[in-house]
Order: sequence, then structure tokens, then C-alpha cells
Amino acid sequence: MDTRVDNAITEKAKISVRDLNFYYGGFHALKKINMDLPEKKVTAFIGPSGCGKSTLLRVFNRMFELYPEQRAEGQILLDGQNILDRSMDVSLIRAKVGMVFQKPTPFPMSIYDNIAFGVKLFETLPRVEMDERVEWALRKAALWNEVKDKLDQSGAGLSGGQQQRLCIARGIAIKPEVLLLDEPTSALDPISTGKIEELVHELKSDYTVLIVTHNMQQAARCSDYTAYMYLGDLVEFGPTPEVFTKPKRKDTEDYITGRFG
Amino acid sequence: MGDKHLSTQFDNELSGISTRVLEMGGLVESQVAQAVYALSTFSGDVATQVLKAEERVNAMEVEIDRDLSSIIARRQPTARDLRLLIAVSKTIANLERIGDEAARIARTVQRLLNSGVSSRLRLPVSDLTFESELATKQLRKALDAFARLDTEGAIEVLRHDDQIDQEFDA
Repeated sequence: MDTRVDNAITEKAKISVRDLNFYYGGFHALKKINMDLPEKKVTAFIGPSGCGKSTLLRVFNRMFELYPEQRAEGQILLDGQNILDRSMDVSLIRAKVGMVFQKPTPFPMSIYDNIAFGVKLFETLPRVEMDERVEWALRKAALWNEVKDKLDQSGAGLSGGQQQRLCIARGIAIKPEVLLLDEPTSALDPISTGKIEELVHELKSDYTVLIVTHNMQQAARCSDYTAYMYLGDLVEFGPTPEVFTKPKRKDTEDYITGRFG
Repeated sequence: MGDKHLSTQFDNELSGISTRVLEMGGLVESQVAQAVYALSTFSGDVATQVLKAEERVNAMEVEIDRDLSSIIARRQPTARDLRLLIAVSKTIANLERIGDEAARIARTVQRLLNSGVSSRLRLPVSDLTFESELATKQLRKALDAFARLDTEGAIEVLRHDDQIDQEFDA
């Protein structure tokens, strides 16, 4: 399938994907992906299970390198620098590209330390500044008011929605430039989901947000751009209002209208 | 990948609402024809039938509108499904307006009869019937285009609209 950079997205690109191929051993999971992801916008990735959307997300911070049989070819340019280049320091990439997973994964430590832990990996801050950073991150993640009086309690004691916001706070505490969200609300109730979506909207003033979701209404609600993927191909990528009202490709239309199967 | 949804129920809801739009359209079409007939023949009975049909048309608009809200709320339609439902919403409002116009003609007939115009009077109706035939033909073609989702046919209707406007001005 033709996956040229189309749809003429004219905004400044934070990440440019060029001829990206990805393999799980012999399985070709991403096929020559080309796209420009606009800076300080929310881009949603949708598509049926196995289409490659989570795989693509995990390439953006080289998460896949944890597994020796997985390999990526091509370029992912973050502000013009190819992060797939072997000479790039992977921890530096992850400082710039934060990630939040489907299931909330608080560390088995206090709420405060959940945030401070990641920061300590990259910066040495005096206590006062660390306090400020923790508060800043929790406020940004819309969690501060709920936890400010119990920062020394375990993160595991929070509700699912609070835990996920804690993970987002942890993700942004290191002040990344890009935030990857892999189905961040699939384990949450509608109220927590609403809070996270509101948060995503807030976050885009500072970050480039990429979100993988199975929930098409969520993609429609909270993204500026939507990418539809199928069997490792990028089928369509364009402004969300356009994709959900008048998609350019019939395959996209069939998927979003529920004619796919 | 066909034209059917994974949900057969959703398919049924969409085709059900389209069918009812066409039913409403058919009713309005005959209402217009009857209204013009009532005027050209000064028939009080036919005028009364037009006004009765008006009630049914209004009720259908309310029913279809309610079902539209229900489908949108429950199915959260996108792309061509969404466009279809928005088109239905506009279509039923316009059909209802056409029905109102037919009813106005019928009330005019009743008023004239009540003011003593003889029911044996015949108007020189050739211009009137020509106009009304153009209009009802347009309506039928528009409904046909809707039924077949035929964009060519819809564009044709738009082109003919200018012709009717010119006739009216003349």
C-alpha cells in the first residue's frame, strides 16, 4: 500500500518518520511508514488489533530494543535527529520521549518517590526544587489536590484513575518533549477517562502527545490528527475532524463506521 | 469489506430511517398534488384531505427526528453514516416545510369557498399546473436520488431548480 507522506499537514513536525520498517524476527510489522507528527498537537493512532499502532509507539522511544529479535529500519527524526541512530543515547531519548502504558504501573513506593524517582535519573535537584517539581508534575496531571496530604503514602493505594494520572505525572516530571500514551484509559471508568482526556488536552500546550487507542470516540474527542493503520500500513493520516467526517480512503471509512470485519 | 456494518441492528436502524423519510416524502408529494388539484377545481373535500395529511406529516417529522437523536446517541455515527443522518435531519425539515406550503394552498381554497366563491368556478390553470408539475417532479427526483444515494441525480435536481425559478419570475 502507498504510505507516502500525504494529507499535506503543514504544521511544524516534531517527529518525522521516514521509510520505517519494523520486524519481529521474520514478521514484517510496520511497512515503510512515512509521516510527520506535528509539534504540540495530539495525534491518535487507531486500527484493529495487530495493525502496528502500539509497535509504532514503542519505536518512538526505542522501547523495542529490550527485545533482541526486534529491529527497526529507516529513520525517526526527533527535531531532525535520527533517534534510531545507534550513536544516540537511549536514556537521553527516553528523557525526551516519555511513555504511559495501558495499565497503571505505579512503582512500589510513595506517591512522592514515584515522581522523584524518574527525575533523579536525569537531574540532581536540591530538596526544595525536587518538592517543587513533584508538585508541578502532580498539578499538571490534575492529581495534586487529591494527593497533597498523603504524598508519603504508597502509590498503590490510589484508585485506578489516580494511579494512571500518577503515571502521567511521573512521565511529565522529567519534562519530556513528547509523551507516548498507549491506551491510557482502557482500564479506567468513564469519569477517570474524562479526567485523563481533559489532561491530554491541557498537556498539548507543552508537549507533543501521541496516543494509541482502541476507542475511536476517544480519538475523535481528544486528538488533532488521526492516523489509521492496518496490517502494518499507514492507511490514512489527517486532521481528526476530516478523518471522522469525510475520510479520504474507503478502508478508513469502513473501519470508523464499523463496516470492517 | 462490504457496505454492511458489523452491527446488523445498526444497518436496520439506518435503512429503517431512510425508508420512513421516503414514506414522508411520498406523503408530501401527494399532498402538493392534491393541494394544486383542490385549488384548480375548488374542491373543499380535497383541501380537507390535504390538511389531514398535514397532521400526519408533522407527526412523522417528530418521530423521525426522535429516532435520529436516539441513533446518534447510541451509535455515535461517523463519516458517511453521520453525513446520511445529518442529511435526513435537513430533509425532514424541508419536507415538513413543503407540507406546510401545501396546507397553505388548501386553506386558501377553504377561505375562498367560505367567502362564497362557487365550487363550479374553474381557474385558468394551465400556468399553475405547469408550475406545480415542475415542482412535484423535482421533489420526486430528489426523493429518488435520496433513495438510491445517487449524487448525479441530486445534481440534476439542483440544475432544474434554476429552471423553476425562471418560470416563476416569468
